[in-house]
Amino acid sequence: MVTTWAADGTAVSARTAIGVRGLRKSYKDKVVLAGIDLDVREGTVFALLGPNGAGKTTTVRILSTLIRADGGTAQVAGYDLDRESEAVRTAIGVTGQFSAVDNILTGEENMIMMADLCHLERRAGRRRAAELLSRFDLVEAAKKPVQTYSGGMRRRLDLAMTLVGSPRIIFLDEPTTGLDPRSRHTMWQTIRGLVADGVTIFLTTQYLEEADQLADRIAVLDHGKLVAEGTADELKRLIPGGHVLLTFADPVALDTAAGLVGGQRDDEALTLQVPGDGDVRALRDLLARLDGAAVEVDDLSIHTPDLDDVFFALTGHPTSDKDDAK
Amino acid sequence: MSTLPYALRDSTTMFRRDMRHALRYPVMTISGLAVPIFMMLMFVYVFGNTMTAGLAHVSPGLQYIDYLAPAIVMMAVGSGTAGTAINLCTDMTEGIIDRFRTMAITRTAVLTGQVVGGVLRTAVASVLVLGVALLVGFRPTATPLEWLAAIGVVVMFAVALTWFAVACGLNAGSPGGANSTTMPVQFLLPFTSSAFVPTDSMPAWLRGFAEYQPFTAVIDTLRGLLLGTGIGVHGWLAVGWCALITAVSYLWARRTFTRRTAA
Repeated sequence: MVTTWAADGTAVSARTAIGVRGLRKSYKDKVVLAGIDLDVREGTVFALLGPNGAGKTTTVRILSTLIRADGGTAQVAGYDLDRESEAVRTAIGVTGQFSAVDNILTGEENMIMMADLCHLERRAGRRRAAELLSRFDLVEAAKKPVQTYSGGMRRRLDLAMTLVGSPRIIFLDEPTTGLDPRSRHTMWQTIRGLVADGVTIFLTTQYLEEADQLADRIAVLDHGKLVAEGTADELKRLIPGGHVLLTFADPVALDTAAGLVGGQRDDEALTLQVPGDGDVRALRDLLARLDGAAVEVDDLSIHTPDLDDVFFALTGHPTSDKDDAK
Repeated sequence: MSTLPYALRDSTTMFRRDMRHALRYPVMTISGLAVPIFMMLMFVYVFGNTMTAGLAHVSPGLQYIDYLAPAIVMMAVGSGTAGTAINLCTDMTEGIIDRFRTMAITRTAVLTGQVVGGVLRTAVASVLVLGVALLVGFRPTATPLEWLAAIGVVVMFAVALTWFAVACGLNAGSPGGANSTTMPVQFLLPFTSSAFVPTDSMPAWLRGFAEYQPFTAVIDTLRGLLLGTGIGVHGWLAVGWCALITAVSYLWARRTFTRRTAA
Protein backbone atom coordinates (compact mmCIF):
# COMPACT_ATOMS: atom_id res chain seq x y z
CA MET A 1 0.00 0.00 0.00
CA VAL A 2 1.34 3.37 -1.03
CA THR A 3 0.63 6.21 1.34
CA THR A 4 0.97 9.76 0.19
CA TRP A 5 0.61 12.88 2.24
CA ALA A 6 -1.77 15.65 1.40
CA ALA A 7 -0.82 19.29 1.88
CA ASP A 8 -2.54 19.49 5.26
CA GLY A 9 -0.51 16.61 6.58
CA THR A 10 -3.24 13.94 6.60
CA ALA A 11 -2.49 10.57 5.15
CA VAL A 12 -4.21 9.91 1.85
CA SER A 13 -4.98 6.30 1.22
CA ALA A 14 -3.85 5.20 -2.18
CA ARG A 15 -5.55 1.85 -1.95
CA THR A 16 -7.55 0.87 -4.97
CA ALA A 17 -11.27 0.48 -4.48
CA ILE A 18 -11.96 -0.50 -8.08
CA GLY A 19 -9.32 -1.72 -10.50
CA VAL A 20 -10.27 -2.67 -14.03
CA ARG A 21 -8.07 -4.00 -16.83
CA GLY A 22 -9.15 -4.53 -20.40
CA LEU A 23 -12.86 -4.84 -19.69
CA ARG A 24 -14.78 -5.93 -22.79
CA LYS A 25 -18.44 -6.52 -23.51
CA SER A 26 -20.41 -7.04 -26.70
CA TYR A 27 -24.05 -7.76 -27.39
CA LYS A 28 -24.22 -9.93 -30.49
CA ASP A 29 -21.94 -8.06 -32.87
CA LYS A 30 -22.33 -4.67 -31.21
CA VAL A 31 -19.28 -3.75 -29.15
CA VAL A 32 -20.38 -1.92 -26.00
CA LEU A 33 -17.07 -1.88 -24.13
CA ALA A 34 -13.93 -2.17 -26.19
CA GLY A 35 -11.40 -2.85 -23.43
CA ILE A 36 -11.30 -0.21 -20.71
CA ASP A 37 -8.92 0.28 -17.77
CA LEU A 38 -10.00 2.10 -14.63
CA ASP A 39 -8.43 2.83 -11.26
CA VAL A 40 -10.56 4.26 -8.51
CA ARG A 41 -8.86 5.06 -5.22
CA GLU A 42 -10.60 4.47 -1.94
CA GLY A 43 -12.53 7.40 -0.53
CA THR A 44 -12.69 9.33 -3.79
CA VAL A 45 -15.37 10.16 -6.32
CA PHE A 46 -14.74 8.80 -9.76
CA ALA A 47 -16.94 10.01 -12.60
CA LEU A 48 -17.48 8.13 -15.82
CA LEU A 49 -18.59 10.80 -18.24
CA GLY A 50 -20.21 10.09 -21.56
CA PRO A 51 -23.31 10.44 -23.70
CA ASN A 52 -26.11 7.90 -23.98
CA GLY A 53 -24.86 4.73 -25.57
CA ALA A 54 -21.24 5.21 -24.50
CA GLY A 55 -21.31 2.11 -22.28
CA LYS A 56 -21.66 3.73 -18.86
CA THR A 57 -24.58 1.66 -17.64
CA THR A 58 -23.00 -1.53 -18.97
CA THR A 59 -19.83 -0.73 -17.00
CA VAL A 60 -21.86 -0.25 -13.81
CA ARG A 61 -23.84 -3.43 -14.42
CA ILE A 62 -20.65 -5.43 -14.85
CA LEU A 63 -18.89 -3.94 -11.82
CA SER A 64 -21.97 -4.45 -9.63
CA THR A 65 -22.06 -8.19 -10.51
CA LEU A 66 -25.27 -8.00 -12.54
CA ILE A 67 -23.74 -9.08 -15.81
CA ARG A 68 -20.53 -10.80 -16.78
CA ALA A 69 -17.89 -9.17 -18.95
CA ASP A 70 -16.69 -10.98 -22.07
CA GLY A 71 -13.06 -10.26 -21.21
CA GLY A 72 -10.72 -8.42 -18.90
CA THR A 73 -10.32 -8.50 -15.14
CA ALA A 74 -11.77 -6.41 -12.38
CA GLN A 75 -11.25 -6.10 -8.66
CA VAL A 76 -13.86 -4.43 -6.51
CA ALA A 77 -13.16 -3.77 -2.83
CA GLY A 78 -10.18 -6.08 -3.12
CA TYR A 79 -12.22 -9.02 -4.40
CA ASP A 80 -12.12 -10.59 -7.81
CA LEU A 81 -15.33 -9.69 -9.57
CA ASP A 82 -15.79 -13.11 -11.14
CA ARG A 83 -14.52 -15.53 -8.55
CA GLU A 84 -15.62 -13.64 -5.43
CA SER A 85 -18.79 -11.92 -6.60
CA GLU A 86 -20.58 -12.82 -3.36
CA ALA A 87 -17.92 -10.96 -1.36
CA VAL A 88 -18.11 -8.03 -3.78
CA ARG A 89 -21.84 -7.79 -3.07
CA THR A 90 -21.23 -7.36 0.65
CA ALA A 91 -19.14 -4.26 -0.04
CA ILE A 92 -21.14 -2.44 -2.68
CA GLY A 93 -24.36 -0.50 -3.02
CA VAL A 94 -25.98 0.34 -6.32
CA THR A 95 -28.42 3.06 -7.26
CA GLY A 96 -29.41 2.72 -10.86
CA GLN A 97 -30.77 5.14 -13.36
CA PHE A 98 -34.33 4.11 -12.64
CA SER A 99 -35.35 4.03 -9.01
CA ALA A 100 -35.40 0.44 -7.80
CA VAL A 101 -37.97 0.90 -5.07
CA ASP A 102 -41.11 -1.05 -4.18
CA ASN A 103 -43.95 1.22 -5.24
CA ILE A 104 -46.64 -0.61 -3.30
CA LEU A 105 -44.84 -0.46 0.04
CA THR A 106 -44.38 2.73 2.03
CA GLY A 107 -41.01 4.44 2.25
CA GLU A 108 -40.52 3.07 5.74
CA GLU A 109 -41.45 -0.47 4.72
CA ASN A 110 -38.95 -0.25 1.88
CA MET A 111 -36.23 0.78 4.31
CA ILE A 112 -37.04 -1.94 6.82
CA MET A 113 -37.11 -4.53 4.05
CA MET A 114 -33.58 -3.44 3.11
CA ALA A 115 -32.45 -3.57 6.73
CA ASP A 116 -33.77 -7.14 6.97
CA LEU A 117 -32.09 -8.14 3.72
CA CYS A 118 -28.85 -6.61 4.98
CA HIS A 119 -29.26 -8.89 8.02
CA LEU A 120 -29.19 -6.04 10.51
CA GLU A 121 -30.43 -6.93 13.95
CA ARG A 122 -34.12 -5.96 14.18
CA ARG A 123 -33.80 -2.96 16.46
CA ALA A 124 -30.61 -1.72 14.83
CA GLY A 125 -32.31 -2.05 11.45
CA ARG A 126 -35.26 0.05 12.50
CA ARG A 127 -32.93 2.66 13.95
CA ARG A 128 -30.89 2.78 10.77
CA ALA A 129 -34.04 3.09 8.65
CA ALA A 130 -35.37 5.96 10.76
CA GLU A 131 -31.99 7.70 10.72
CA LEU A 132 -31.71 7.56 6.93
CA LEU A 133 -35.33 8.60 6.37
CA SER A 134 -34.68 11.70 8.41
CA ARG A 135 -31.34 12.37 6.71
CA PHE A 136 -33.05 12.21 3.32
CA ASP A 137 -35.93 14.37 4.41
CA LEU A 138 -38.48 11.59 4.01
CA VAL A 139 -39.86 11.42 7.56
CA GLU A 140 -43.16 13.03 6.61
CA ALA A 141 -43.66 10.74 3.65
CA ALA A 142 -42.39 7.64 5.44
CA LYS A 143 -45.82 6.14 6.03
CA LYS A 144 -47.15 6.84 2.55
CA PRO A 145 -46.91 4.39 -0.36
CA VAL A 146 -44.01 5.16 -2.68
CA GLN A 147 -46.48 5.44 -5.57
CA THR A 148 -47.38 8.89 -4.25
CA TYR A 149 -43.76 10.15 -4.21
CA SER A 150 -42.31 12.70 -6.62
CA GLY A 151 -39.35 11.82 -8.82
CA GLY A 152 -36.91 13.56 -6.48
CA MET A 153 -38.29 11.79 -3.41
CA ARG A 154 -38.09 8.46 -5.18
CA ARG A 155 -34.40 9.02 -5.98
CA ARG A 156 -33.71 10.00 -2.40
CA LEU A 157 -35.46 6.89 -1.12
CA ASP A 158 -33.56 4.79 -3.65
CA LEU A 159 -30.24 6.14 -2.39
CA ALA A 160 -31.33 5.84 1.23
CA MET A 161 -32.13 2.16 0.59
CA THR A 162 -28.70 1.67 -0.93
CA LEU A 163 -27.11 3.13 2.20
CA VAL A 164 -28.89 0.86 4.70
CA GLY A 165 -26.13 -1.73 4.54
CA SER A 166 -23.38 0.90 4.87
CA PRO A 167 -21.63 -0.07 1.63
CA ARG A 168 -17.99 0.95 1.23
CA ILE A 169 -18.34 1.47 -2.50
CA ILE A 170 -21.41 3.02 -4.07
CA PHE A 171 -22.28 2.95 -7.74
CA LEU A 172 -24.48 5.80 -8.85
CA ASP A 173 -25.70 5.46 -12.41
CA GLU A 174 -26.78 8.90 -13.60
CA PRO A 175 -28.13 9.87 -10.20
CA THR A 176 -29.48 13.24 -11.30
CA THR A 177 -30.74 12.56 -14.83
CA GLY A 178 -34.30 13.82 -15.02
CA LEU A 179 -34.18 15.74 -11.74
CA ASP A 180 -35.01 19.43 -11.44
CA PRO A 181 -32.11 21.76 -10.53
CA ARG A 182 -33.05 21.93 -6.88
CA SER A 183 -33.23 18.16 -6.44
CA ARG A 184 -29.97 17.90 -8.34
CA HIS A 185 -28.21 20.20 -5.89
CA THR A 186 -29.64 18.26 -2.95
CA MET A 187 -28.29 15.06 -4.51
CA TRP A 188 -24.86 16.65 -4.94
CA GLN A 189 -24.82 17.68 -1.29
CA THR A 190 -25.71 14.13 -0.31
CA ILE A 191 -22.94 12.68 -2.44
CA ARG A 192 -20.41 15.09 -0.91
CA GLY A 193 -21.58 13.99 2.51
CA LEU A 194 -21.01 10.35 1.65
CA VAL A 195 -17.48 11.01 0.50
CA ALA A 196 -16.80 12.87 3.73
CA ASP A 197 -17.73 9.62 5.50
CA GLY A 198 -15.00 7.80 3.56
CA VAL A 199 -17.20 6.05 1.03
CA THR A 200 -15.91 5.52 -2.51
CA ILE A 201 -18.27 6.71 -5.21
CA PHE A 202 -18.36 5.49 -8.78
CA LEU A 203 -20.58 7.89 -10.64
CA THR A 204 -21.77 7.96 -14.21
CA THR A 205 -23.09 11.15 -15.70
CA GLN A 206 -23.85 12.94 -18.92
CA TYR A 207 -23.16 16.31 -17.36
CA LEU A 208 -19.69 17.81 -17.37
CA GLU A 209 -20.76 20.20 -14.63
CA GLU A 210 -21.76 17.32 -12.38
CA ALA A 211 -18.45 15.54 -12.86
CA ASP A 212 -16.67 18.85 -12.33
CA GLN A 213 -18.61 19.54 -9.10
CA LEU A 214 -18.18 16.12 -7.55
CA ALA A 215 -15.41 14.05 -8.99
CA ASP A 216 -11.78 13.75 -7.99
CA ARG A 217 -11.07 12.06 -11.27
CA ILE A 218 -13.06 11.89 -14.48
CA ALA A 219 -12.86 9.36 -17.29
CA VAL A 220 -14.52 10.16 -20.59
CA LEU A 221 -16.16 7.22 -22.30
CA ASP A 222 -17.08 7.23 -25.96
CA HIS A 223 -18.35 4.24 -27.93
CA GLY A 224 -16.98 1.85 -25.34
CA LYS A 225 -13.51 3.39 -25.26
CA LEU A 226 -11.91 5.73 -22.75
CA VAL A 227 -10.84 8.84 -24.62
CA ALA A 228 -9.48 10.80 -21.67
CA GLU A 229 -8.88 10.45 -17.96
CA GLY A 230 -7.75 12.97 -15.38
CA THR A 231 -8.87 15.61 -12.92
CA ALA A 232 -11.50 18.13 -13.95
CA ASP A 233 -8.83 20.77 -14.45
CA GLU A 234 -6.71 18.48 -16.58
CA LEU A 235 -9.68 17.74 -18.80
CA LYS A 236 -10.72 21.34 -19.07
CA ARG A 237 -7.29 22.24 -20.37
CA LEU A 238 -8.03 19.98 -23.32
CA ILE A 239 -11.20 21.82 -24.16
CA PRO A 240 -11.40 25.09 -26.03
CA GLY A 241 -12.67 27.75 -23.63
CA GLY A 242 -16.09 29.31 -23.62
CA HIS A 243 -17.10 32.36 -25.55
CA VAL A 244 -19.51 35.26 -25.60
CA LEU A 245 -21.65 35.51 -28.68
CA LEU A 246 -22.66 39.05 -29.65
CA THR A 247 -25.31 39.73 -32.24
CA PHE A 248 -25.62 43.12 -33.95
CA ALA A 249 -28.38 44.89 -35.77
CA ASP A 250 -26.27 45.96 -38.78
CA PRO A 251 -22.85 45.36 -40.46
CA VAL A 252 -21.50 48.74 -39.38
CA ALA A 253 -21.95 47.89 -35.69
CA LEU A 254 -20.34 44.48 -36.30
CA ASP A 255 -17.36 46.20 -38.02
CA THR A 256 -16.83 48.65 -35.23
CA ALA A 257 -17.12 45.98 -32.55
CA ALA A 258 -14.74 43.63 -34.35
CA GLY A 259 -12.20 46.42 -34.62
CA LEU A 260 -12.59 47.17 -30.94
CA VAL A 261 -12.57 43.78 -29.25
CA GLY A 262 -11.43 41.31 -31.91
CA GLY A 263 -12.85 37.80 -31.98
CA GLN A 264 -14.32 35.66 -34.68
CA ARG A 265 -16.91 37.33 -36.90
CA ASP A 266 -19.73 35.95 -38.98
CA ASP A 267 -20.84 38.56 -41.51
CA GLU A 268 -23.88 36.61 -42.60
CA ALA A 269 -25.36 36.17 -39.13
CA LEU A 270 -24.00 39.53 -37.92
CA THR A 271 -22.40 37.85 -34.94
CA LEU A 272 -19.08 38.14 -33.20
CA GLN A 273 -17.65 35.36 -31.07
CA VAL A 274 -15.40 36.70 -28.31
CA PRO A 275 -13.40 34.23 -26.19
CA GLY A 276 -14.28 34.31 -22.50
CA ASP A 277 -15.81 32.06 -19.88
CA GLY A 278 -18.71 34.28 -18.87
CA ASP A 279 -16.86 35.86 -15.94
CA VAL A 280 -19.00 38.80 -14.81
CA ARG A 281 -16.20 41.35 -14.60
CA ALA A 282 -14.78 40.49 -18.03
CA LEU A 283 -18.29 40.68 -19.43
CA ARG A 284 -18.85 44.10 -17.89
CA ASP A 285 -15.54 45.32 -19.34
CA LEU A 286 -16.47 44.03 -22.75
CA LEU A 287 -19.85 45.76 -22.71
CA ALA A 288 -18.33 48.98 -21.34
CA ARG A 289 -15.88 49.12 -24.25
CA LEU A 290 -18.66 48.62 -26.78
CA ASP A 291 -20.81 51.16 -24.98
CA GLY A 292 -17.94 53.65 -25.04
CA ALA A 293 -17.84 53.38 -28.83
CA ALA A 294 -21.65 53.70 -28.97
CA VAL A 295 -22.02 50.22 -30.51
CA GLU A 296 -25.50 48.83 -30.01
CA VAL A 297 -25.52 45.11 -29.10
CA ASP A 298 -28.70 43.42 -30.23
CA ASP A 299 -28.30 40.19 -28.38
CA LEU A 300 -25.76 38.48 -26.16
CA SER A 301 -25.31 34.89 -25.11
CA ILE A 302 -22.65 33.21 -23.02
CA HIS A 303 -21.45 29.81 -24.07
CA THR A 304 -19.67 27.72 -21.43
CA PRO A 305 -17.97 24.47 -22.39
CA ASP A 306 -20.23 21.47 -21.97
CA LEU A 307 -20.07 17.79 -22.67
CA ASP A 308 -20.48 18.43 -26.37
CA ASP A 309 -17.34 20.56 -26.37
CA VAL A 310 -15.41 17.94 -24.41
CA PHE A 311 -16.51 15.35 -26.87
CA PHE A 312 -15.76 17.37 -29.89
CA ALA A 313 -12.34 18.25 -28.53
CA LEU A 314 -11.50 14.68 -27.55
CA THR A 315 -13.09 12.63 -30.29
CA GLY A 316 -13.52 15.01 -33.18
CA HIS A 317 -17.20 14.12 -33.43
CA PRO A 318 -20.26 15.32 -31.55
CA THR A 319 -22.06 13.18 -28.98
CA SER A 320 -24.31 10.55 -30.44
CA ASP A 321 -27.83 10.04 -29.27
CA LYS A 322 -28.14 6.30 -29.25
CA ASP A 323 -29.72 4.76 -26.19
CA ASP A 324 -27.39 3.37 -23.62
CA ALA A 325 -27.29 -0.39 -23.64
CA LYS A 326 -29.17 -1.50 -20.56
CA MET B 1 -24.52 -16.80 11.61
CA SER B 2 -24.44 -19.68 9.17
CA THR B 3 -26.13 -19.58 5.78
CA LEU B 4 -29.33 -21.42 6.63
CA PRO B 5 -30.76 -18.93 9.13
CA TYR B 6 -29.90 -16.15 6.65
CA ALA B 7 -31.72 -17.99 3.88
CA LEU B 8 -34.69 -18.42 6.19
CA ARG B 9 -34.65 -14.77 7.17
CA ASP B 10 -34.35 -13.58 3.58
CA SER B 11 -37.25 -15.82 2.56
CA THR B 12 -39.33 -14.49 5.45
CA THR B 13 -38.56 -10.91 4.45
CA MET B 14 -39.67 -11.58 0.89
CA PHE B 15 -42.73 -13.48 2.06
CA ARG B 16 -43.73 -10.54 4.24
CA ARG B 17 -43.33 -8.23 1.25
CA ASP B 18 -45.53 -10.49 -0.86
CA MET B 19 -48.20 -10.56 1.85
CA ARG B 20 -48.17 -6.76 2.11
CA HIS B 21 -48.72 -6.57 -1.64
CA ALA B 22 -51.56 -9.08 -1.48
CA LEU B 23 -53.28 -7.27 1.38
CA ARG B 24 -52.89 -3.87 -0.24
CA TYR B 25 -54.14 -5.18 -3.58
CA PRO B 26 -56.58 -7.98 -2.74
CA VAL B 27 -58.00 -7.48 -6.24
CA MET B 28 -55.07 -9.51 -7.57
CA THR B 29 -56.10 -12.55 -5.52
CA ILE B 30 -59.84 -12.05 -5.99
CA SER B 31 -59.78 -11.44 -9.74
CA GLY B 32 -58.12 -14.82 -10.29
CA LEU B 33 -61.23 -16.35 -8.76
CA ALA B 34 -63.73 -14.70 -11.04
CA VAL B 35 -63.24 -16.99 -14.03
CA PRO B 36 -63.29 -20.34 -12.16
CA ILE B 37 -66.36 -19.34 -10.13
CA PHE B 38 -68.15 -18.06 -13.21
CA MET B 39 -67.36 -21.33 -15.00
CA MET B 40 -68.69 -23.34 -12.09
CA LEU B 41 -71.96 -21.41 -11.88
CA MET B 42 -72.50 -21.52 -15.62
CA PHE B 43 -71.79 -25.23 -15.98
CA VAL B 44 -73.84 -26.16 -12.93
CA TYR B 45 -76.89 -24.03 -13.67
CA VAL B 46 -76.93 -23.99 -17.47
CA PHE B 47 -75.55 -27.40 -18.39
CA GLY B 48 -75.96 -29.14 -15.04
CA ASN B 49 -78.92 -31.42 -15.82
CA THR B 50 -77.58 -32.54 -19.18
CA MET B 51 -74.18 -33.13 -17.64
CA THR B 52 -75.58 -35.19 -14.76
CA ALA B 53 -77.42 -37.35 -17.28
CA GLY B 54 -74.22 -37.69 -19.30
CA LEU B 55 -72.31 -38.85 -16.25
CA ALA B 56 -74.77 -41.68 -15.63
CA HIS B 57 -72.75 -44.17 -17.65
CA VAL B 58 -69.54 -43.36 -15.70
CA SER B 59 -70.82 -43.10 -12.14
CA PRO B 60 -74.57 -43.37 -11.85
CA GLY B 61 -76.13 -41.00 -9.35
CA LEU B 62 -73.21 -38.60 -9.35
CA GLN B 63 -74.39 -34.98 -9.42
CA TYR B 64 -72.55 -32.74 -11.87
CA ILE B 65 -71.65 -30.20 -9.15
CA ASP B 66 -69.86 -32.96 -7.26
CA TYR B 67 -67.98 -33.94 -10.40
CA LEU B 68 -67.10 -30.32 -11.21
CA ALA B 69 -66.20 -28.75 -7.84
CA PRO B 70 -62.81 -30.48 -7.35
CA ALA B 71 -61.86 -29.45 -10.89
CA ILE B 72 -62.80 -25.84 -10.25
CA VAL B 73 -60.59 -25.84 -7.14
CA MET B 74 -57.64 -26.95 -9.30
CA MET B 75 -58.60 -24.42 -11.95
CA ALA B 76 -58.40 -21.71 -9.29
CA VAL B 77 -54.87 -22.92 -8.53
CA GLY B 78 -54.09 -22.49 -12.23
CA SER B 79 -55.64 -19.02 -12.34
CA GLY B 80 -53.59 -17.96 -9.34
CA THR B 81 -50.43 -18.28 -11.42
CA ALA B 82 -51.27 -15.15 -13.41
CA GLY B 83 -50.96 -12.85 -10.39
CA THR B 84 -47.66 -14.41 -9.30
CA ALA B 85 -46.18 -14.19 -12.79
CA ILE B 86 -47.27 -10.57 -13.17
CA ASN B 87 -45.80 -9.66 -9.76
CA LEU B 88 -42.44 -11.19 -10.61
CA CYS B 89 -42.36 -9.59 -14.02
CA THR B 90 -43.15 -6.17 -12.55
CA ASP B 91 -40.33 -6.60 -10.03
CA MET B 92 -38.02 -7.57 -12.84
CA THR B 93 -38.89 -4.63 -15.11
CA GLU B 94 -39.00 -2.09 -12.29
CA GLY B 95 -35.44 -2.96 -11.32
CA ILE B 96 -36.04 -4.11 -7.77
CA ILE B 97 -34.93 -7.65 -8.65
CA ASP B 98 -31.69 -6.12 -9.89
CA ARG B 99 -31.31 -4.39 -6.56
CA PHE B 100 -31.70 -7.73 -4.78
CA ARG B 101 -29.23 -9.32 -7.16
CA THR B 102 -26.50 -6.81 -6.23
CA MET B 103 -26.98 -7.61 -2.52
CA ALA B 104 -25.42 -10.40 -0.51
CA ILE B 105 -28.70 -12.29 -0.23
CA THR B 106 -29.06 -16.05 -0.36
CA ARG B 107 -29.66 -16.38 -4.07
CA THR B 108 -32.96 -18.21 -4.26
CA ALA B 109 -34.36 -17.00 -0.91
CA VAL B 110 -35.94 -14.07 -2.73
CA LEU B 111 -37.82 -16.49 -4.96
CA THR B 112 -38.68 -18.94 -2.20
CA GLY B 113 -40.34 -16.15 -0.22
CA GLN B 114 -42.43 -15.23 -3.25
CA VAL B 115 -43.40 -18.87 -3.80
CA VAL B 116 -44.55 -19.30 -0.21
CA GLY B 117 -46.61 -16.13 -0.59
CA GLY B 118 -48.04 -17.33 -3.90
CA VAL B 119 -48.99 -20.72 -2.45
CA LEU B 120 -50.70 -19.07 0.48
CA ARG B 121 -52.68 -16.76 -1.83
CA THR B 122 -53.67 -19.76 -3.92
CA ALA B 123 -54.74 -21.62 -0.79
CA VAL B 124 -57.01 -18.73 0.18
CA ALA B 125 -58.44 -18.72 -3.34
CA SER B 126 -59.08 -22.48 -3.18
CA VAL B 127 -60.90 -22.18 0.11
CA LEU B 128 -63.11 -19.41 -1.31
CA VAL B 129 -63.91 -21.48 -4.40
CA LEU B 130 -64.69 -24.47 -2.22
CA GLY B 131 -67.00 -22.27 -0.15
CA VAL B 132 -68.96 -21.22 -3.24
CA ALA B 133 -69.10 -24.85 -4.39
CA LEU B 134 -70.58 -25.90 -1.05
CA LEU B 135 -73.16 -23.13 -1.36
CA VAL B 136 -74.32 -24.37 -4.74
CA GLY B 137 -74.67 -27.96 -3.61
CA PHE B 138 -71.26 -29.63 -3.54
CA ARG B 139 -71.43 -32.50 -1.03
CA PRO B 140 -68.03 -34.11 -0.43
CA THR B 141 -68.01 -37.44 1.44
CA ALA B 142 -64.37 -37.40 2.58
CA THR B 143 -63.14 -38.58 5.97
CA PRO B 144 -60.85 -36.24 7.96
CA LEU B 145 -57.86 -38.20 6.70
CA GLU B 146 -59.03 -37.86 3.12
CA TRP B 147 -59.52 -34.12 3.65
CA LEU B 148 -55.94 -33.93 4.88
CA ALA B 149 -54.71 -35.75 1.81
CA ALA B 150 -56.88 -33.49 -0.38
CA ILE B 151 -55.27 -30.41 1.12
CA GLY B 152 -51.90 -32.01 0.49
CA VAL B 153 -52.69 -32.54 -3.20
CA VAL B 154 -53.89 -28.96 -3.64
CA VAL B 155 -50.82 -27.53 -1.90
CA MET B 156 -48.50 -29.79 -3.89
CA PHE B 157 -50.06 -28.61 -7.14
CA ALA B 158 -50.00 -24.99 -5.96
CA VAL B 159 -46.27 -25.25 -5.18
CA ALA B 160 -45.58 -26.68 -8.63
CA LEU B 161 -47.60 -24.08 -10.52
CA THR B 162 -46.32 -21.19 -8.40
CA TRP B 163 -42.71 -22.10 -9.21
CA PHE B 164 -43.81 -22.32 -12.84
CA ALA B 165 -45.39 -18.86 -12.55
CA VAL B 166 -42.25 -17.43 -10.93
CA ALA B 167 -40.10 -18.75 -13.78
CA CYS B 168 -42.56 -17.38 -16.35
CA GLY B 169 -42.66 -13.98 -14.66
CA LEU B 170 -38.87 -13.70 -14.50
CA ASN B 171 -38.56 -14.56 -18.18
CA ALA B 172 -41.43 -12.52 -19.57
CA GLY B 173 -40.63 -9.14 -21.05
CA SER B 174 -43.81 -7.41 -19.88
CA PRO B 175 -46.66 -8.01 -17.40
CA GLY B 176 -48.93 -8.73 -20.36
CA GLY B 177 -46.47 -11.31 -21.63
CA ALA B 178 -46.25 -12.82 -18.17
CA ASN B 179 -50.00 -13.24 -18.15
CA SER B 180 -50.02 -14.93 -21.56
CA THR B 181 -47.29 -17.42 -20.72
CA THR B 182 -49.46 -18.73 -17.90
CA MET B 183 -52.49 -19.10 -20.21
CA PRO B 184 -51.91 -22.83 -20.72
CA VAL B 185 -52.35 -23.54 -17.01
CA GLN B 186 -55.19 -21.03 -16.73
CA PHE B 187 -57.33 -22.31 -19.60
CA LEU B 188 -55.84 -24.68 -22.14
CA LEU B 189 -54.89 -27.54 -19.83
CA PRO B 190 -58.00 -27.39 -17.59
CA PHE B 191 -60.28 -27.52 -20.66
CA THR B 192 -58.45 -30.46 -22.20
CA SER B 193 -58.53 -32.42 -18.94
CA SER B 194 -61.19 -34.36 -17.09
CA ALA B 195 -62.27 -31.10 -15.43
CA PHE B 196 -65.60 -30.64 -17.22
CA VAL B 197 -66.26 -33.97 -18.88
CA PRO B 198 -64.77 -37.46 -18.43
CA THR B 199 -61.85 -38.07 -20.75
CA ASP B 200 -63.44 -41.19 -22.28
CA SER B 201 -66.14 -39.01 -23.81
CA MET B 202 -63.47 -37.15 -25.80
CA PRO B 203 -62.41 -37.98 -29.37
CA ALA B 204 -59.67 -40.59 -29.55
CA TRP B 205 -56.94 -38.20 -30.70
CA LEU B 206 -57.44 -36.02 -27.64
CA ARG B 207 -58.17 -38.77 -25.15
CA GLY B 208 -54.60 -40.04 -24.89
CA PHE B 209 -53.31 -36.57 -24.02
CA ALA B 210 -56.23 -35.68 -21.78
CA GLU B 211 -55.98 -38.88 -19.79
CA TYR B 212 -52.36 -38.38 -18.72
CA GLN B 213 -51.83 -34.61 -18.55
CA PRO B 214 -51.18 -32.97 -15.15
CA PHE B 215 -54.62 -31.41 -14.65
CA THR B 216 -56.44 -34.71 -15.14
CA ALA B 217 -54.04 -36.34 -12.70
CA VAL B 218 -54.54 -33.84 -9.89
CA ILE B 219 -58.27 -33.37 -10.52
CA ASP B 220 -59.04 -37.11 -10.52
CA THR B 221 -56.94 -37.55 -7.39
CA LEU B 222 -58.80 -34.75 -5.62
CA ARG B 223 -62.14 -36.12 -6.82
CA GLY B 224 -61.25 -39.55 -5.51
CA LEU B 225 -60.30 -38.17 -2.12
CA LEU B 226 -63.37 -35.96 -1.73
CA LEU B 227 -66.00 -38.20 -3.32
CA GLY B 228 -64.65 -41.70 -3.03
CA THR B 229 -64.48 -42.23 -6.80
CA GLY B 230 -61.61 -44.29 -8.14
CA ILE B 231 -58.18 -42.70 -8.21
CA GLY B 232 -56.25 -45.49 -9.88
CA VAL B 233 -53.02 -44.49 -11.53
CA HIS B 234 -53.82 -40.77 -11.19
CA GLY B 235 -52.51 -40.50 -7.64
CA TRP B 236 -49.00 -41.43 -8.67
CA LEU B 237 -49.28 -39.41 -11.84
CA ALA B 238 -50.25 -36.36 -9.77
CA VAL B 239 -47.23 -36.76 -7.51
CA GLY B 240 -44.97 -37.30 -10.50
CA TRP B 241 -46.25 -34.33 -12.46
CA CYS B 242 -46.02 -31.99 -9.45
CA ALA B 243 -42.46 -33.11 -8.70
CA LEU B 244 -41.44 -32.70 -12.31
CA ILE B 245 -43.04 -29.26 -12.76
CA THR B 246 -41.58 -28.06 -9.46
CA ALA B 247 -38.07 -29.27 -10.26
CA VAL B 248 -37.93 -27.93 -13.81
CA SER B 249 -39.51 -24.58 -12.90
CA TYR B 250 -37.27 -24.16 -9.85
CA LEU B 251 -34.13 -24.75 -11.89
CA TRP B 252 -35.37 -22.48 -14.66
CA ALA B 253 -36.25 -19.69 -12.22
CA ARG B 254 -32.97 -20.04 -10.33
CA ARG B 255 -30.99 -19.91 -13.53
CA THR B 256 -32.76 -16.74 -14.67
CA PHE B 257 -32.31 -15.11 -11.28
CA THR B 258 -28.61 -15.84 -10.91
CA ARG B 259 -27.42 -15.67 -14.51
CA ARG B 260 -25.19 -12.78 -15.39
CA THR B 261 -25.53 -12.83 -19.10
CA ALA B 262 -28.66 -10.79 -19.73
CA ALA B 263 -28.42 -7.27 -21.04
